[in-house]
Amino acid sequence: MTRYAGNVAAIRDLVRDQEVHRDVYVSEEVFQLEMEHMFPNSWVYVGHDSQVPNPGDYFGTTIGTQPILLVRHTDGTVKVLHNRCPHKGTRITSETCGNAGKFFRCPYHAWSFRTDGSLLAIPLKKGYENTGFEQSHAASGMAPVRHVRNYRGFVFAKINDGGLDFEEFFGDSLSSFDNMIDRSPVGQLKVAGGVLRYMHNCNWKMLVENQTDTCHPMVAHESSAGTVVEVWKKAPPGTKKPMAVEIIAPFMSPYEFFENMGIRIWDNGHGHTGVHHSIHSDYSAVPGYFEKMKAAYGEERAKAILGENRHNTVYFPNIMIKGPIQLLRHFKPIAANKTLVESWTFQLVDAPDMLLERTLMYNRLINAPTSIVGHDDLEMYERAQEGLHSNGNEWVNLQRLYSPDEAGQTNVAVNGTSEWPMRHQFRAWTKFMTMGM
Amino acid sequence: MSMVTDAQVKNAIPTDQDLIDFVVREARLIDQQRFDEWLDLYADDAFYWMPLEWNQTDPRLTCSLMYEDKLLLSIRVERLKGARTFSQKPKSRCHHVLQTPQVDSRDPAANNYVTWTPMHYIETRMDEQTLFAAWATHHLSVENGRLKIKLKRVDLINCDAAFGNIQLFM
Repeated sequence: MTRYAGNVAAIRDLVRDQEVHRDVYVSEEVFQLEMEHMFPNSWVYVGHDSQVPNPGDYFGTTIGTQPILLVRHTDGTVKVLHNRCPHKGTRITSETCGNAGKFFRCPYHAWSFRTDGSLLAIPLKKGYENTGFEQSHAASGMAPVRHVRNYRGFVFAKINDGGLDFEEFFGDSLSSFDNMIDRSPVGQLKVAGGVLRYMHNCNWKMLVENQTDTCHPMVAHESSAGTVVEVWKKAPPGTKKPMAVEIIAPFMSPYEFFENMGIRIWDNGHGHTGVHHSIHSDYSAVPGYFEKMKAAYGEERAKAILGENRHNTVYFPNIMIKGPIQLLRHFKPIAANKTLVESWTFQLVDAPDMLLERTLMYNRLINAPTSIVGHDDLEMYERAQEGLHSNGNEWVNLQRLYSPDEAGQTNVAVNGTSEWPMRHQFRAWTKFMTMGM
Repeated sequence: MSMVTDAQVKNAIPTDQDLIDFVVREARLIDQQRFDEWLDLYADDAFYWMPLEWNQTDPRLTCSLMYEDKLLLSIRVERLKGARTFSQKPKSRCHHVLQTPQVDSRDPAANNYVTWTPMHYIETRMDEQTLFAAWATHHLSVENGRLKIKLKRVDLINCDAAFGNIQLFM
């Protein structure tokens, strides 16, 4: 039985001003509609161009649940292709990343394609003479995703032709990418250190919402961050604070800290926590780093770049970045109740190695399946995924600091514990779900 | 009464059997959730390392699943006892099946002994039971007449797979 397909009104009814219906998290039909409409109508993160530095290099990923391929074409540009042979549908690449050489070759029947997807050759070509093959869908090769944008190394793609152009979709939110990239003295990032992969038995949106949820750390993370604070108290006075304690302890900051740190709201579901300060603000200086920044940008500009303390920036629909520590998490939907998280880290080109060391330590202490902080979060998501099946209440409350005039506002900074960013994500969700439906 | 005693190494130089017994005992302490005794097997400057990449050589500029000094290990052990450790309500349990540890190198002059132990590790919580296959490499030395772990490296055969929570110690 379908309830929501083609029913714009029913989809709109799932999102109210201050609450959302549980079906946005638990309904497989809603999930399928997200894959058909919401993801293809949005600019979705594909990968970083440093993952494909040389012609023929490729990286396989997904937009929603559709397999796609980021590839460096022979002319040096980056292409995004649907990762499917136009013949029988075989996924073209056997590994997540690698080098195709001058062309892709399907492992099933040896159809081959240039690195922009166009058909290069097929075996036994004679058998297709007088069959009208030239007019077939297959003759055009591996279908490219037509709308691709490489923003300072970060590649986004939009599958559908309709919807917003890149600038309109992201607007001022790109300033968080700018700040993360400008932290390199040469304004360049490189994927480094490996990718952590973490499987969650919950809906992908729970992870996205959690990035701007500042009322949970001191509660959910009492077990991990709270224990760090308690164990650290027993260290002999004067002991140098280890990097690990600097990273984890701020999760136990009081509500007031998070209220004052602020949240900024942008259009289309984007936004960031940490307007004034963040849990990254008080990290120890890295020797030699500021001098390099000063030499590259001048003192005033260097201070301005490093003074930005953005905590989590959410890019709707499914990534977050941490500018101050150069980390990007990709929340990949698999099913209504299943999400793969890929946590990527970046090296600031021409900056001291210690910055990457700290980034990697943050990633493994906070975001890993073997991380105690991550355990706290996953436990809550999975409990929510189960609890939502209760018929006692079909609605999820997102009411904190609600204001009736907020819907039309953008680029405003509000109380850091507001649930406005989540309400804003759901306004965007409705917009891109129903766009063109 | 403790079923497993922390046997003194009779001589300054441990026998192969001393090394093997030590590795087997370490796994047993984890399985029995005797984490304070387990932690005491680690030297003060020890590391517990679980690489993220196959044949990983660098724990500093390549990410790991775990690369924990004794402070972080003791935080984990304390956390497991916490009243508000919700991901351990109910608690996880685990089980090791070890092959006989092989002594890969012994260097009494440097007080450094290395063993290699293929193993299966099972972690359970509620209705879920997950099997991991791994190789444990122990770097051991004798301190005050007792063997101590300087480095325990756990290489998972599927180190780069997407896992759910892994909550205890392999």
